[in-house]
Amino acid sequence: MLKLHDYGTTDFLQILKNRYPDQVGNWNQPNGLQDAVPQNFLEGTTVLALVYDEGVIIAGDRQATEGYQVGERRIQKVYKIDRHSAIAVAGVAGPCIETAKLFQVQVEFYEKIEGASLSLDGQANYLSSLVRANLSLAMQGLIVLPIFAGYDLKQGKGRIFKYDALGGRYEEDSYYAIGSGGKDARSTLKKLYQPDMSNESALKAVAEALWDAADEDIATGGPDLIRKIFPTLTLITEAGVSDVPDDTVAALYRELVARLEQP
Amino acid sequence: MSTPYYVSPEQIWEDKKDFVRRGIEQAKEVVALEYKDGLLMVAENPRRTTFKISEIYDKIALASTGRVAEYEALRVAGIRESEVKGFTYYREDVTGKWLTNLYSQHMGAIAQAWDAKPLEIELLVCEVDGNPAVGSQIYYVDFDGTYHEEEKFAVIGGRAEAITDILKETYTEGLELPAALQLASRTLERVEAEESEPYQISPQTIEVACLDATAGRRKFRRFSIEDIAEIFNHAS
Repeated sequence: MLKLHDYGTTDFLQILKNRYPDQVGNWNQPNGLQDAVPQNFLEGTTVLALVYDEGVIIAGDRQATEGYQVGERRIQKVYKIDRHSAIAVAGVAGPCIETAKLFQVQVEFYEKIEGASLSLDGQANYLSSLVRANLSLAMQGLIVLPIFAGYDLKQGKGRIFKYDALGGRYEEDSYYAIGSGGKDARSTLKKLYQPDMSNESALKAVAEALWDAADEDIATGGPDLIRKIFPTLTLITEAGVSDVPDDTVAALYRELVARLEQP
Repeated sequence: MSTPYYVSPEQIWEDKKDFVRRGIEQAKEVVALEYKDGLLMVAENPRRTTFKISEIYDKIALASTGRVAEYEALRVAGIRESEVKGFTYYREDVTGKWLTNLYSQHMGAIAQAWDAKPLEIELLVCEVDGNPAVGSQIYYVDFDGTYHEEEKFAVIGGRAEAITDILKETYTEGLELPAALQLASRTLERVEAEESEPYQISPQTIEVACLDATAGRRKFRRFSIEDIAEIFNHAS
């Protein structure tokens, strides 16, 4: 039977909590994990974003680790949220992917009900509450850390938001990287970033930052030329969200390898 | 002692039907018809923010006519239930048939309740599939919850019958989008002309949306005034 009483709400998580508490058992409530932290879980590693002249690039490597093992070689860390935004997640893979999925559903839910897109700031604020909802897991070290990026149609530019474990939301105006190799990626971006970078030099900088992260951090995966697995590079411009094709990413890395190769 | 009054169930039912029919007679029509790549939905509606046709889920759209407040509540409930189901299980598991049953049960229960006013609305639940072999579905849901599948095209609203009669003669399969839009708007014009001063439908006076089976995950697309004007130019 249809229930019409929660007509006014556009908060999907609230609807799930009210009506299907079993579906969101992990969210925002203490659970049986308090004493023991499970050992077998996947962790996603390095994600980053960089503003350039046409918008913003959001990217991530494809590896997830399980302790000192490679847990997954082709994990997806970058998720399209709406026509002009995407999220990249680092941290415990299960809750990370669930956060991305829930966030995407929420933004689309809002858009359909209101008949208008949720503003980029509105999306960024809502993501705060999703990260905060994961607090009880975060307290045990099972952390979800997203980077959210989008093209702001009103301001006519790419924007980046980073989060802390408590759901704190902070805007970066140039670049940011997070995850186990985030610090290494940030060092590279710090050297290579310039205001109003072209598409080409921005892609090169991002590829190099992910390479350096994989080079320095044992958990981050580099381009896998044997299995043909390449990092995800996603462009967000006024025209929308588009993944850079694998061939282009492969070419970027071949060029990089040729440059770095020692005689 | 006064005699308790008696009204036969048949009479109560007839009264309710009459009541709804009088409401629906006033309602503007929505036409849904199959074209080459999916389903096209067209309504006479000069307003730009209150819609008769809307997106429910990846492959599903809802066309409604009658009292706005009543179908608006069903639209939102449909989106909510679909999102919850798709989130709980898998997006593919949300189907037009399931949604139609949900609406049907709700509308039927209200129509049969002795102390409630039946909903003065008619719905079309429209669905396409990414697989062309499966084709598209249109479910017509009446105010009392009875529903049936329509073939190729369907119309709701006051002059649905007259429009259906015209479409029976003029509809052909495999139409391109511009031709399908042209057919729908010409038909609406013809029916309008029979009653009042003939007038021309323009991009400003109609609401147009489609479910494009060839599109990505979200098949629904609403056409702006500019989009519609361009299609009209293309067709003529």
